[in-house]
Amino acid sequence: MVADEQWMTFLTLVLPFLAAAVAPLLTRVLGHNAAWVLAVVPAFIFLHFTGFLGSVASGEPIAGGYPWIPSIGVEFSWYLDGLSLTFALLISGIGTLIILYSGGYLRGHPHQGRFFSFILMFMGAMQGLVVADSFLMLFVFWELTSIASFLLIGFDHSREAARRAALQALIVTCAGGLSLLAGLLVIAAATGTSSLSSLLAAGEGLREAPVYFAALLLVLGGAFTKSAQFPFHFWLPNAMEAPTPVSAYLHSATMVKAGVYLVMRLNPVMGETFAWETILPVFGGTTLIAGTLLALRQTDLKLMLAYTTVASLGLLIMLTGFGSEVAVEAAVLYLVAHSMFKGALFMVAGAIDHETGTRDIRKLGGIGKAMPITFAAAVLAAFSMGGLPPFFGFLAKEEIYAGLAAGSSWGVLLTLTAIAGNALMFAIGFAVGLKPFAGARGETPKHPHEGPVLLWLGPAVLAASGLLASLLSGLSHHFVSSPMASAVIGAPVEVTISWVPHLGMPLLLSALTVALGIAFYATLERGRGTMAAVLAAIGWGPDRGFDQLVRGTIRCSAAVTRTVHNGRLDIYMTVTFIVLAICLLVPMVSYGELPSMPVLEQLRIYEWAVLAIALIGVAAVVYARDRLTAIACLGIQGFAVALLFMLLGAPDLSFTQFMVETLSVVILALVMTRLRLYPADHRPASQKLLDFSVSSLCGLGFFLILLRVVQTPFDPSLSTFFAENSRVIAHGRNIVNVIIVDFRGLDTLGEISVVMIAGLAILALVRVRVGKSREKAIQEEART
Amino acid sequence: MSTLIFRTTAPYLTSLMILFSLFVLLRGHNDPGGGFIGGLIAASAFAIYGIACGVPAARRALYFHPMAISGFGLLLAGLSGVVSLFLEVPFLTGIWTSINVLGISVDISTVLGFDTGVYLVVVGSITSIALALEERGHP
Repeated sequence: MVADEQWMTFLTLVLPFLAAAVAPLLTRVLGHNAAWVLAVVPAFIFLHFTGFLGSVASGEPIAGGYPWIPSIGVEFSWYLDGLSLTFALLISGIGTLIILYSGGYLRGHPHQGRFFSFILMFMGAMQGLVVADSFLMLFVFWELTSIASFLLIGFDHSREAARRAALQALIVTCAGGLSLLAGLLVIAAATGTSSLSSLLAAGEGLREAPVYFAALLLVLGGAFTKSAQFPFHFWLPNAMEAPTPVSAYLHSATMVKAGVYLVMRLNPVMGETFAWETILPVFGGTTLIAGTLLALRQTDLKLMLAYTTVASLGLLIMLTGFGSEVAVEAAVLYLVAHSMFKGALFMVAGAIDHETGTRDIRKLGGIGKAMPITFAAAVLAAFSMGGLPPFFGFLAKEEIYAGLAAGSSWGVLLTLTAIAGNALMFAIGFAVGLKPFAGARGETPKHPHEGPVLLWLGPAVLAASGLLASLLSGLSHHFVSSPMASAVIGAPVEVTISWVPHLGMPLLLSALTVALGIAFYATLERGRGTMAAVLAAIGWGPDRGFDQLVRGTIRCSAAVTRTVHNGRLDIYMTVTFIVLAICLLVPMVSYGELPSMPVLEQLRIYEWAVLAIALIGVAAVVYARDRLTAIACLGIQGFAVALLFMLLGAPDLSFTQFMVETLSVVILALVMTRLRLYPADHRPASQKLLDFSVSSLCGLGFFLILLRVVQTPFDPSLSTFFAENSRVIAHGRNIVNVIIVDFRGLDTLGEISVVMIAGLAILALVRVRVGKSREKAIQEEART
Repeated sequence: MSTLIFRTTAPYLTSLMILFSLFVLLRGHNDPGGGFIGGLIAASAFAIYGIACGVPAARRALYFHPMAISGFGLLLAGLSGVVSLFLEVPFLTGIWTSINVLGISVDISTVLGFDTGVYLVVVGSITSIALALEERGHP
């Protein structure tokens, strides 16, 4: 039974990827209705995970896995406690609605199948990320979500803005991913564990480790880039280039919360330190205020929502870092509430765009009558976002104030931040959820009417569940909020807040927030104008900074390339040979390993003759009038060496040497004819002197090292082995060839691959020139 | 370079050299020779043919693109190594068997396939370089 369950969980982890593989085909057959079939996958995953609710709520996490690379202790393992399970349910639950919504939103799009495929791929990656137990698995899925996000943002790849946004998101989040990897490695080295569950079980160790601070910074580097914290927030609004289902799913409900997930996950082992409780609230608070202020400035519905998402992520980070139990509970409630209302509002924005042809808030108005269901969903979601009772957002807001307002001056500061942020988000929530539907009819490119069921089902379900979760707060707390908060805190806690307002500090602050929010809503136009003026005055932002960074990197690498890779062959050759000479001579001299004077053996007369031929060849190379002669003379020297090999009893070597010499002379000569050099050598005397000294040094180096090699005592065990076994084992008398094709076959396989690749490369080089000259010939032909 | 004598003798020289290269390839296991040397000989044969009779003629004679020959050689060498896996011995272990051709027992082995692969890779790569260079030498 346990094995069965383990297998099922494994299946849920790979199922999205399998579905991604068949999605394009399915869409080709069924058109946009493929959404109904594909949505079964996340729905099934959702149901499977619901089955774990009881067990997790009673405090028993689900763990399982299979060995992945057992030799280095890497496992494909998962760990589902309240935190992971809530995330998994959000991903699969909202994922189901998003798939359906995409079916309607991208209906008739030529690449709808590809879109389904990408979004399912993302779903699988995100699912893996939140349930992953081993660090490596966490990292792999973390980067996979970045890649999936890249593909989805750049989905409309014919537009430059989409390509830029995709690349920007990829660079920022992948850089963060690398930082996370480094952080995880530091943690693994410091604690000796490589899985989250054992890290959580190990307890205090990490906080006291000397590398704690480094690990914290690295991990936060990953979390802050993924969760778009200031000053890395800029990629998220740009990511709105993606189709709206992507914005709703990746860039509000799930992926951008991965950073929050990570911070929450590590809270029990890394939290409650001074650094943690300073860095997180400061960055989170700054992000909250910056996000809401920037949202004011926007007129595009999606961009307004995107900046409030940035702000919400800041709020979540701030709450998690505050350190009190109630603040963590607030973060948990707000996270769940935000996923629901923001997902719904994004889908509403998409539906409005789809039906009216514009997302500009200044043009929209009075479409509520034409789109009643969308309108209802939007208002419900906006109520939740504004934190009005009896919606889930209200519970979250009450808990936020209850958590922050407890005492210290630090808490007061953060409370003020939260009030300002929440009030601004209230205003923007209603600007998106109410303004386009109410008031006088605006001029829109298309005549609006209610979209198909696929378009309104998602937002309606999400908005309604925001209300239901609050009305049935006992149930939702028992199964979701309490287990999740317990997992984040690291000790069992009970979330009790309900939608019935209780008089007290939190309610007063909520009322203040609402009052402020209404005031902001009423003066939205003026606020926008002011913000626009302020931003214009500042002029520079991280978004432009990113461009400058990229441009600077390109310019810097171009400069380095120009210096190092200047395109002059003679300089490359000189540098190469100087390095070679240094490598040969310096170690030999500095370690005192110079060869002793060799004993000259009595050479036969024909051996002298061959040596003389070689010397004559070399002399001829130096004194040759033109280059072609020099190359041919180089061949003389090579042939003489081949003869020597023959005389000394190495026929194979000599044979090969003959062939290689012949071919290199031929090929060198052919190259010479192509290069169109002057036939004679016109180097100035100083250049000649330099080249002469470099080549003499190289020659001397080789001479000395070879001499030294033959003077070391020879270990014959290898040659004896080959001599004894080549006939017996490999059935061959020619030891050299047996070594090449049998004993050292793998080496040879590698070598012939290199030969072939080198051939291909040379062919490509030669072709480049041929291609150009052919073009010229064609042009000349055309002229005549 | 394409003098009358050279042009006339080159085809004979080429065919002799190719025949010789095959001989060198096959005798390699017991006597000096082998795929690498054989490949070099055959490559120079094609280079000579290209110089004498022109690159198009050499390409026609080769029929396949030389790089394709090279690729096939690499594939052949790799596959020869795979054979041993089916007999549950390590990759590239030589497998030997004897077949009877016209009453004479001939030993063949995966090693021969491997060596032939080496031969083809060398022939293909060097020939394609040489022919590509010759192509522009004679515009």
